[in-house]
Amino acid sequence: MSHTIQIKPITRIEGHGKVTVTLDDSGLVSDAKFHVTQFRGFEKFCEGRPFYEMPSLVERICGICPVSHSIASAKACDSILGVRVPTPAKKLRRLLNCGTFIQSHALSFFHLSAPDLALGFNADPAERNIVGLLKSYPALAMDGIQLRKIGQQIIESCAGKRIHPAWVVPGGVNNPLPEENRDFLLSLIPEGYKIIRRTLDWFKGLLDNYREEIRTFANFPTLFTGLVNSEGNLEHIEGKQRFLDSKGLLIHEDFDTDKYQEYLAEYTEHWSYLKSPYFKSLGYPDGIYRSGPAARLNVCDSCGTPQADQEWAEFKGLERGPVLSSFYNHYARLIEILFSLELMEYLLKDAEILSSHVRSIARNNEFEGVGVVEAPRGLLIHHYKVDEQGLITWANMIVATGHNNLAINRGILQVARRFIRGDKITEEAMNRIEGLIRSFDPCLSCSTHAIWSPKFRVDILSPDGTILDSMIS
Amino acid sequence: MRYPAFLQKIADRADVQPVRVLTFTIDGRMVSAREDETILSVARENGISIPTLCHLDGLSERGACRLCIVEIKGSAKLSPSCVTLPRQDMEVITNSERVMDYRRKILELLFTERNHICSVCVSNGHCDLQALTAELGMTHVHYDYLHTKQVVDASHERFSVDHNRCVLCQRCVRVCDEIEGAHTWDVMGRGHLSKVITDLNQPWGESITCTGCGKCVQVCPTGALSEKGKSVAEMTKKRQFLPYLKLMRGAEIT
Repeated sequence: MSHTIQIKPITRIEGHGKVTVTLDDSGLVSDAKFHVTQFRGFEKFCEGRPFYEMPSLVERICGICPVSHSIASAKACDSILGVRVPTPAKKLRRLLNCGTFIQSHALSFFHLSAPDLALGFNADPAERNIVGLLKSYPALAMDGIQLRKIGQQIIESCAGKRIHPAWVVPGGVNNPLPEENRDFLLSLIPEGYKIIRRTLDWFKGLLDNYREEIRTFANFPTLFTGLVNSEGNLEHIEGKQRFLDSKGLLIHEDFDTDKYQEYLAEYTEHWSYLKSPYFKSLGYPDGIYRSGPAARLNVCDSCGTPQADQEWAEFKGLERGPVLSSFYNHYARLIEILFSLELMEYLLKDAEILSSHVRSIARNNEFEGVGVVEAPRGLLIHHYKVDEQGLITWANMIVATGHNNLAINRGILQVARRFIRGDKITEEAMNRIEGLIRSFDPCLSCSTHAIWSPKFRVDILSPDGTILDSMIS
Repeated sequence: MRYPAFLQKIADRADVQPVRVLTFTIDGRMVSAREDETILSVARENGISIPTLCHLDGLSERGACRLCIVEIKGSAKLSPSCVTLPRQDMEVITNSERVMDYRRKILELLFTERNHICSVCVSNGHCDLQALTAELGMTHVHYDYLHTKQVVDASHERFSVDHNRCVLCQRCVRVCDEIEGAHTWDVMGRGHLSKVITDLNQPWGESITCTGCGKCVQVCPTGALSEKGKSVAEMTKKRQFLPYLKLMRGAEIT
């Protein structure tokens, strides 16, 4: 008899979701689904609002990456204004973005995933969390907290507030960076370097313990995508979108992100509120692609900063083609933190960062705008249309997690096939399914953020929906 | 009391029509006042604070928001102090539990009528309505929101009106009429279905009477009227000009 196993809620991710695993008559896994169970409706209720409110309005989608949303949104609004953003403002936005990458990646790596990595996937769930980590690996946990703090301090020093700042505006930013804040931020960098160096060494030494996870965490060929700058280097804010196939070959010349609708399409499944974007010319679901830290490092020609480039070369050396296993997203996250610290140092040492020419003023001159950035967890697209008055008539947002939806689903199936045996779900299988999801650091478009939930529950259901077995840990 | 202008000149002459001075108490304090002063202005002269929303120094009183209600001994109902004149030996209480409770309820009801979402408002941090919640200790709204569907009119070249954030205080109506003299703004409809309109409910951008002076925007207590292009929390309002302007206009007339 076939069974369905549910994991609900999935813990230590941003937002709410659940997993169902279906077993066939012989007790083998036949299917797995990742459901996003909440509906927000931002695209609908933004209609009728003035476009210049959008950067702050869309920030409320998330409490972890509001900065990414505000920059993507402001870029879309820049196009509606039809003006050129002053160079100092571009640099300030970039500096702010470094802050958000450091804090978000630190959160994902240390607070959410390090408990699995340091204590092991089979450790007692009561200990396998940031509090347990503080007891067993206090230095590591404190490093994580400190690194995240540095990221948050960058955001606060630029934008005045750590969460949901209203600093990025259409046409630039609304205040220059004070000199004392620049000096303060420069003073944070040495400690950041020390922490990330320590953590990289620790993580690399750990990889051998996780061969099985590396082999099964979404380790299959897909396309990879990410932004690259005009030199083909790692890029988070500007640039063009590159797609590589699973062999590492360019499948098309780099795309102009304004025209994302020409090469991306979204598919809606009836069982999830999260749509599944796919690469249009390959169709659904063959157009599966991955976005995010490892994908970015896969597609770029180099990072463009000396220390990160060294690490990047080592990362690329893991496999001959693109690095396929999503387990390596953790690794890529650490490299991107290093990259962000270096970029931040470079920006802060540029005298132009203190310029007061930070905003271009204009009214709405165009009727449509697209803004694309790399959020910490992947590509983020904001696309608006406005009427003559500048009121939004239509909005479309494709969030980072969406791009990875197909890969997360297929990855869960891969992990479930490897670790689930029979109709009893084991702790180790459950933990690895969650671990796979966490490796993508999904942000289910939600500002509520559970570090861990005391009620982690798995149900085994018969085809008619009755619960055959239930486990709460 | 105001008379037509030609009579007002006579009325203002103290020797013809002497204004009586009377004494009464506010919160147990003996105060003296001219008979034509409101309880609100006497209280403020004496450093006794009464919260207000529709009142603005330099504009006529309207009594629209009811936040300045006070208790008057011997009267069962609460009276709006901005439009109530004192009487000899009257006992006014501005801060009883009953008064505070009603003020909070009135404030909560103001929130339920429209869609006030501070976090994404242009006036966040510079809003009279928002400041009142802190001043009156309003922590929750205990009534159901009406969730009315309101529109934004951004047809004017420089300004926009977002009816979601309007509290119908009519400051815009008064400043446009009394100071600018254009009377572009007025109120249409009844009860909570009322809304401020420009001219005869035409889009603001098509108004033939609006001079584009922007005084309505500056006096608006919330983010309902704002300058276009201001992002969240960027809309600060300049209202210091009003009493001076009023003074200057008054001097011109006489």
